[in-house]
Amino acid sequence: MFLINCPYCGERDQAEFSCGGEAHIARPKNPPELSDDQWAEYLFLRKNEKGIHYERWNHEYGCRQWFNLARNTSTDEILAVYKMGEAPPKLKANIPATPSGEPSIGSGNLSTSKKDRF
Amino acid sequence: MFNNNKYSFLSIARNALNHHENWQKTWNSPEPKKSYDAIIVGGGGHGLTTAYYLAKNHGINNIAVIEKGWIGGGNTGRNTTIIRSNYLWDQSAALYEHALKLWEGMSQELNYNVMFSQRGVLNVAHNLHDVRELKRRWHANRLNDIDCEWLDTKKVKEFCPIINTSPNIRYPVLGATLQRRAGTARHDAVAWGYARGADEMGVDIIQNCEVTGINVKNGNVTGIETTKGTIESNKIGIAAAGHTSVIANMAGIKLPLESKPLQALVSEPVKPVIDTVVMSNTIHAYVSQSDKGELVIGAGTDGYTSYTQRGGFNIVEDTLMAIVELFPIFSRMKMLRHWGGIVDICPDASPIISKTHINGLYFNCGWGTGGFKATPGSGWVFAHTIANDQAHELNAPFTINRFSSGELVDEHGAAAVAH
Repeated sequence: MFLINCPYCGERDQAEFSCGGEAHIARPKNPPELSDDQWAEYLFLRKNEKGIHYERWNHEYGCRQWFNLARNTSTDEILAVYKMGEAPPKLKANIPATPSGEPSIGSGNLSTSKKDRF
Repeated sequence: MFNNNKYSFLSIARNALNHHENWQKTWNSPEPKKSYDAIIVGGGGHGLTTAYYLAKNHGINNIAVIEKGWIGGGNTGRNTTIIRSNYLWDQSAALYEHALKLWEGMSQELNYNVMFSQRGVLNVAHNLHDVRELKRRWHANRLNDIDCEWLDTKKVKEFCPIINTSPNIRYPVLGATLQRRAGTARHDAVAWGYARGADEMGVDIIQNCEVTGINVKNGNVTGIETTKGTIESNKIGIAAAGHTSVIANMAGIKLPLESKPLQALVSEPVKPVIDTVVMSNTIHAYVSQSDKGELVIGAGTDGYTSYTQRGGFNIVEDTLMAIVELFPIFSRMKMLRHWGGIVDICPDASPIISKTHINGLYFNCGWGTGGFKATPGSGWVFAHTIANDQAHELNAPFTINRFSSGELVDEHGAAAVAH
């Protein structure tokens, strides 16, 4: 659970929002030419990133506007909020300390020390 | 000859004489060897049963189970322990019923009491649509030779007297399906029992060892990199639940999975008050009582990808509102513990137990919110797939390729509870 800074309304409780999944998945421009595997890639395959995840959110119980978030899925820390249609920002976040992406303290839990955060 | 490792009344008596100070280790903790005939990544229920059945059914004993944490410390040791097989579609019904039959003989087979209790599972209907869907599933189950009954409101009240069947609540109880052979088990005993069983057959259980890479050469898997060094094998099975995508990334494979937190909570212990399992899809609540007397309550998943092992409070609040409406008697219960585990969910809410385009690399994943009930069956078919490099007929429908072919096994909602 976290707070989301809606670009239209300001900071609100995450319960007001619904997540629309991974962002920047473009619908193929040439549907009839696509193979089954390419359709599967578009419809079903997801990055499911442990780390920086670019995703769509809708302020469902608020202004009902869509926007994008960049969020660290290993800590739930929100790194950037940007509008639909904008390119994903290039973020410099510390890559999680271990290969499978655990934050430096605890199992996925945000560190209490500011310097350990990313 | 008295078997030193077998648990029995005699062994309890014998150990009582020396103050229970000489019980043997349940399993060993060896250092990894240089190479194995097969490696299982993930020491949860699914990974351990895979190793167990590889050794028992297929004679492959030179196996390592690699676990990042400790045995029983993941989702296997933290779930609502519901076991049932009343799925709608034939493919799922066959898979879960096979698992349920293995549950029925598990304690005897493992010589380890997993406290499997066939106390019945109720799936409650709250509106006309629910009634139609649940009756459809009731008939589908009967056609698949899976026990299932339909109970009307009066019979639900008789079966579970504390349920609120007043017609005046927001979501009244209009009936329920009942699978009497369904029930619960002690979850960590399942992990420990299979770890002990596998260890006895020569499987190396390696805890506190994290996989950091998968080595592939010319389309064949050759081994893994770990925090305890390189381990070679040309057969590697991945059973890493919520972190499957992380492991798949190491081999450059993209899977149709999204990992989300799933929460559950446990109340203070009270005297026996509910002797069955009650599940409701519409208001999303499920509850049973553990042998210690705690209510075990399952909540839903959060609606976003996260690996944080904690979920939103609003999810817990929604579940408890539903529980209190259905069971007003619980309104003053205090919740003692709460946890979130990361579950990997497939778009069709069915698992993937499959080969990949890399020779010798196999995945067992996508169990989402309901993998515990399948623990023995999952390992059984995954072991078959790894040993023969070919799916068993039970898991043949659950390939990765179904997302290209379109042959999905759509158990969203059909599985009697939303995922």
